[in-house]
Amino acid sequence: MVVQVRIPTPLRKFTAGKDSVSAEGDSVGAVIDSLEAKHPGLKARICEEDGSVRRFVNVYLNGDDIRFLDNLTSPVKNGDELSIIPAIAGG
Amino acid sequence: MVQAPASEKPRGLALPDLIGNTPMVEIHRLAPDLPKDVVLYAKLEGFNPGGSVKDRPAWNMLKRGLEEGRLIEGKTILDSTSGNTGIALAMLGASLGYPVHLVMPENVSRERKRVIAAYGAEVTFSSPLEGSDGAIMLCREIYNQDPEAYFKPDQYFNEANPEAHYVGTGPEIWKQTEGGVTHFVATIGTGGTVMGAGQYLKEQNPDVQIIAVEPDDAFHGIEGLKHMASSIVPGIYHEERLDRKIGVGTEEAYDMVYRLAEAEGLLAGQSCGAALVGALQVAYKLQGGCVVVILPDWGDRYLSTNLWLGWDSERSRAEM
Repeated sequence: MVVQVRIPTPLRKFTAGKDSVSAEGDSVGAVIDSLEAKHPGLKARICEEDGSVRRFVNVYLNGDDIRFLDNLTSPVKNGDELSIIPAIAGG
Repeated sequence: MVQAPASEKPRGLALPDLIGNTPMVEIHRLAPDLPKDVVLYAKLEGFNPGGSVKDRPAWNMLKRGLEEGRLIEGKTILDSTSGNTGIALAMLGASLGYPVHLVMPENVSRERKRVIAAYGAEVTFSSPLEGSDGAIMLCREIYNQDPEAYFKPDQYFNEANPEAHYVGTGPEIWKQTEGGVTHFVATIGTGGTVMGAGQYLKEQNPDVQIIAVEPDDAFHGIEGLKHMASSIVPGIYHEERLDRKIGVGTEEAYDMVYRLAEAEGLLAGQSCGAALVGALQVAYKLQGGCVVVILPDWGDRYLSTNLWLGWDSERSRAEM
């Protein structure tokens, strides 16, 4: 399965400035592993050492927070969109 | 019954008169092992009528606009915000009778969206992927489409922002500590608080240390704070005027919020947690001194955010 992953500004240093990259996998967790293989360093920003999503990071699958789906085991299909959303900065 | 002449009747205050003069509390149960000659005070900005420190710059920017004839009837107040400034502008706009249009990242907390909607402000949401810098850029576009229609306070570049703290927050701290403050700690959202209050305190006593707290990484979860090295640097922010800057991690800021609520009975926001982490780092290294830290708001407007989602699951696990 190929999905598009939308990258927030603070993480674009890992994707050569791209705001959207493609990644493969049949679950959200597998897609994040695929991201890490293509863009080393990204996974550590999104996930804890034990692999769970960091407390302040929201990952949306087609607009739905994966915490309210099946988290990292949520299945994905071709053409899905994954968005990584951090908190809001400043003022 | 003799009626007092109208001019002598007690009069109510206008809403802007309620801004400022916030109380300070001593933090002690959270850090019982501080050196005995070190005292730590938290200034509780949640006591402002809009619930945050941002009431101060919002009102001062509008006041300057009114005085200088830039905010006049027919204009709409327009600015970008990550939330608290938006709440302050929406509240004041309603009170003064001016329409308000705000540009905010779509992922601001649900509570903030509701509060702003309740005040009747119009909101345009910017991409959550672009953060507050995305809101700044979109707000500029909206303004440039019809500059005559808007009064844009421009909190990141308006000297009336730090001025609010130079004439308000700083003198209040000086008075509340009877001139005894030795260290002033504040987080950076626009930089207005640390710049304005810091300048006032330095002028009273050049030995007062001015310390800013920011997230330790560009990718963080401390809503409301800016990581300067990776952001559009506000024009009002002058890093060379700081004595020190402390980077705080998201996890330690969150943990401090939980500890603050349980140990001191103060339910605060995540930027307050970051501020306290920084203040305690400073306080523990002193042999004697008076540290004042700004707690920008209360925590009830973050109950739907990841701050408490994380806490909930941890607590649930602990109870199992």
